[in-house]
Amino acid sequence: MKNKKSFNFTFYLLIVPVLLWLVLLIVLPHIDLFISSFQVENDDGKMVFSLGNYIAFFSNQIYWLTFVKTAAYAIGVTILAFLVTFPIAFYLTKVISKKNAGFLILLLLIPLWVGELVTVYGWMVLLGDHGIINHSLMAIGIIDKPINMLYTNFSMIIGLLYMSMLFMVVPVMSTLESLDDSLIEAASDLGASKWTIFRTIIIPYSMPGIVSGAIIVFMLVIGDYLAPNILGGKSSLWFTEQIYNEFLSTFNWNEGAAFGFLLLMLSSGIIWIALKLSGQKLDKVGS
Amino acid sequence: MIRSLPTTPLYKVTYTVYVVLFFLFLVLPLIAISVLAFNDSDFIALPWNGFTMDWFFSATDEREGLFADSNLLQSVYTSLTTGIIVASMSTIVGTIAALLFEEEKFRFKSLLYFLALTPLVIPGVILGISILISSTFVGNYVENTFGVDLELFRPSYWLVILGQFSFGATYVMLLVSARLKKYDYTLEEAALSLKATRLQAIWYVTIPFLRPAIIGAFVVAFLLSFSNINTTIFLVGSDPTLPIDLYSRIRFSSTPVLNAISFMIVLIISIAAFINFFVSRRKENT
Repeated sequence: MKNKKSFNFTFYLLIVPVLLWLVLLIVLPHIDLFISSFQVENDDGKMVFSLGNYIAFFSNQIYWLTFVKTAAYAIGVTILAFLVTFPIAFYLTKVISKKNAGFLILLLLIPLWVGELVTVYGWMVLLGDHGIINHSLMAIGIIDKPINMLYTNFSMIIGLLYMSMLFMVVPVMSTLESLDDSLIEAASDLGASKWTIFRTIIIPYSMPGIVSGAIIVFMLVIGDYLAPNILGGKSSLWFTEQIYNEFLSTFNWNEGAAFGFLLLMLSSGIIWIALKLSGQKLDKVGS
Repeated sequence: MIRSLPTTPLYKVTYTVYVVLFFLFLVLPLIAISVLAFNDSDFIALPWNGFTMDWFFSATDEREGLFADSNLLQSVYTSLTTGIIVASMSTIVGTIAALLFEEEKFRFKSLLYFLALTPLVIPGVILGISILISSTFVGNYVENTFGVDLELFRPSYWLVILGQFSFGATYVMLLVSARLKKYDYTLEEAALSLKATRLQAIWYVTIPFLRPAIIGAFVVAFLLSFSNINTTIFLVGSDPTLPIDLYSRIRFSSTPVLNAISFMIVLIISIAAFINFFVSRRKENT
């Protein structure tokens, strides 16, 4: 009996901080976000229920167009991240020895820990009209006028890809690591071409890792603010920038809340579809 | 294609070239920043005018180096203390959450676990604005009812800490859970049968087993806090963290001092990563 009581005590000691964290910092804020997205200030300065914030979103082309563009670009960058990094993940797990891979993996992780701001700034320094790339190309004599790269969609995509692609490499590598080499050897002995092996063994086997990576990459890209803001031009408006403007420039928090809620719906919707299509659970994505 | 299979030379060369190009792409921005931190020029651009340490140590009006720029040093200090507090809070609550979800059975467990994972897939911007809206709501309520304006509920140092903690705890939980999955629970049962209380068993047996993961998780939480901008930007008050300070400098007044501070970050991270790499390699070999 005494033992049972102490069991309960420990349980409450464990659950109370977790509940405080989740209720106060996750659940209630999102409920508040939801509620205030349906409120507008009336002429007396009182908050009243209204669909006005959402109507404003759908009736202003600039808002919903940015929204659609952000989603489309985020999907594009996710696919690009997969294409660029899959050969690298394969190289590090299957082609070179574990010992050599260790050093390269370390190199892979450094930009991640250095943080997005520094690396985005690095691309700004590289891509500018007087940046390192243009300067070097002109010094060699390949071009005689700087190529306009910074403040375009190109530089924005480079920045988005750079900051998110490592989150694709890590989960893909961990699934590839568990792929038994003898499967590939057997297929090869039976005369399968590289392309067949790739298509029928390697890709299906690493699908869980690809899906986890794609979800994280997509979420990071769609919610990113720095790369579109610093590297993107006037034409590369990102939806997070709209939210930022509502909160910190025009101070229309209710409309900003509506935008935030729409972004949340978009990201959870696409993640949900990805999980359903691949039959994965959310906790697999985290690990 | 894999180590044990023969390949054509062309395939091998193309593949190697691709890998080299990829790693060049990876280190290029870091090298660019670092090199320009030492260029004797007032602009963040080539041509190379010679080597200088001005952007670190100079204290003149034209060139205010990193170690003479008190605003910059102040934001570094703010980021360091924020990071340590956020990492401590995240480590404590994240570890508790890992113990709760791995060891206990209770109603609504899966719902609660799902909630604990959501910060992984909620964009940081959304976490920022949600916490801003609800803290302002509570702040206004407290002010109207009790007549006191508490700083905690306004964009401030402490609100930044709460915002960063809200997702930091999730990452700690995942890292500690991963180690807890390898834990042999008979150890804890043995402690219990030797008349330890449950709490003593956790404190003296389970926590020491988890120590490497807890330390690793603390470092991860610190780094997440130190580099965060998406959530912080909405919650920051009058004392900016380093990324916020750098961001506004990049937008409005860039001088090569930005390269100097970026170089320091790259340097410290690289040294730490290499030390960690060689220590863990030595452990594997022995």
